[in-house]
Amino acid sequence: MSTVDSLVRLERVTCGYGEAPALVNASLDVRPGAFIGVVGPSGSGKTTLLRCILGSVRPLAGSVWRAPSLRTGYVPQVETVDWNFPVTVAETVLMARTGGRRLPWPSAAERREIDAVLERLGLAGLAKRHIRELSGGQQQRVFLARALVGRPQIVLLDEPTAGVDVRTRHDVLHLLGDLNGDGLAIVLTTHDLNGIAAHLPHLVCLNCEVIGEGSPRRVLTPEILERTYGAPMEILEHGGMPVVVDRHGGVDNVVRLRREGA
Amino acid sequence: MTTLLEPFQFGFFRHGLIVATLAGALCGLVGVYVTLRGMSYIGHGLSHAIFGGAAASAVISFNFYVGAGVWGLASALLIGRITRRRVIGADAAIGVVTTASFALGLALINRFGQAERSIDAALFGSILGVSVTDVWVVAGVTVLAAAVVFGSYRLLLFTTFDPEVAEVSGVPTARVDALLMAVLAVSILATMKVLGVVLIAAALVIPAVVARMLTNSFSRMLWLSVVIGATCGFVGMLASYHLDVSSGATIVLVGALVFSVVLAVTGAHGLRRAAALAVSHSA
Repeated sequence: MSTVDSLVRLERVTCGYGEAPALVNASLDVRPGAFIGVVGPSGSGKTTLLRCILGSVRPLAGSVWRAPSLRTGYVPQVETVDWNFPVTVAETVLMARTGGRRLPWPSAAERREIDAVLERLGLAGLAKRHIRELSGGQQQRVFLARALVGRPQIVLLDEPTAGVDVRTRHDVLHLLGDLNGDGLAIVLTTHDLNGIAAHLPHLVCLNCEVIGEGSPRRVLTPEILERTYGAPMEILEHGGMPVVVDRHGGVDNVVRLRREGA
Repeated sequence: MTTLLEPFQFGFFRHGLIVATLAGALCGLVGVYVTLRGMSYIGHGLSHAIFGGAAASAVISFNFYVGAGVWGLASALLIGRITRRRVIGADAAIGVVTTASFALGLALINRFGQAERSIDAALFGSILGVSVTDVWVVAGVTVLAAAVVFGSYRLLLFTTFDPEVAEVSGVPTARVDALLMAVLAVSILATMKVLGVVLIAAALVIPAVVARMLTNSFSRMLWLSVVIGATCGFVGMLASYHLDVSSGATIVLVGALVFSVVLAVTGAHGLRRAAALAVSHSA
């Protein structure tokens, strides 16, 4: 297969950490300007897929091709962050600038760049705040800012909206859309099928292997979702968007099952 | 006032004071990384491991710094490797390596019975054992550690705060970890004579914990810890002379006093910050 124009290309990749592979036979092509959502149940290999793209996990089989001198940014899950660590917003963003200048303080150019990124992400004026003193959305954006100061061609985000409210989720999605509009390739994982996944142009349904890939309309189908999550789901339409309903997990079903004495 | 300045007329005291102040600053600097990485136990263990090398060097009349240094670096790299693998029971493995080395040191002393005085000084710290060479060694190691922290500031911070993301961002985390372990080993070796093996871990931890209680910024924590460590070293060494108590003990006691004062001033706020040092890494 040709790799022209691709940033990263996974071909029939199998990888994992122990004896049981977390990801089997997965193929994915990330091109400039791509906006890809990876969905699947817990333990389905979503984070492993990101690590394969990053190159922190070596494939047991298959191949991973990356564009020469590819610059990647990575935003980890917020629950993996040590919020008690004594570090301010500015220090968090600056630590990622490890190439070239390594001195403790930023150069004038770096200071301008950090200010510009913080301004862009709505964090202006918060540079001296401790990371714990921010709201959930601001915390998420600090780590996005850290990823962006490396001027990446592709940013990978692991569950960027986990544990945030609807407004924050909307803001994060809007911001990512803007960045993607500027040409940044984005790959994110999410559990949020309706709030995030349905709004993305390209989805990958994962359950250790790629079950389906394509636009939400093509991928969010009862068949693919049942194979992905192992539970029956229905797809409704609302405002021209697919809405996923868990057929057995809804409140109506819980009430019905109680009435039936199940 | 005259009584207070009396010890300055003695060359050995002046040497001891310089070494104690530099040792305090050095431990304060390295201690920030030790506490934030949850390596306090490793610092404690490493000082015991180096004692084995120190004892062996004394028994065979080999140069203290060379013998204990090689031993210490080997122990540090071994401990670093065990820790990096994050295997269950890593602390037990470290415990075996360090206590076995310490026990070997004790066995060598008991068997050969030489150089008891210098081993005693190595255990609890002594102003009497400080020579001009020691002053130069501590000064050299302090400059070296400062240069490493200065030159690798961002790499060290990134690797300490977020090792996984640092690694995928192209930071050579294994090399950064090894570098920090080597600096820690050399720092322990250089400060051992004044602070003593048994009390060196406290000199590493107390200034950093106090600094953490005072700030939420990493860069401020770093220089505050250095200043607190140096102050504790200076005041502790003065107290050691006037109270006729081992220097390691007085330096650590001054540190404990500073901790108490800062705790009283910052209250629950400071305690929460300090407690988070342990919580965040035991989780």
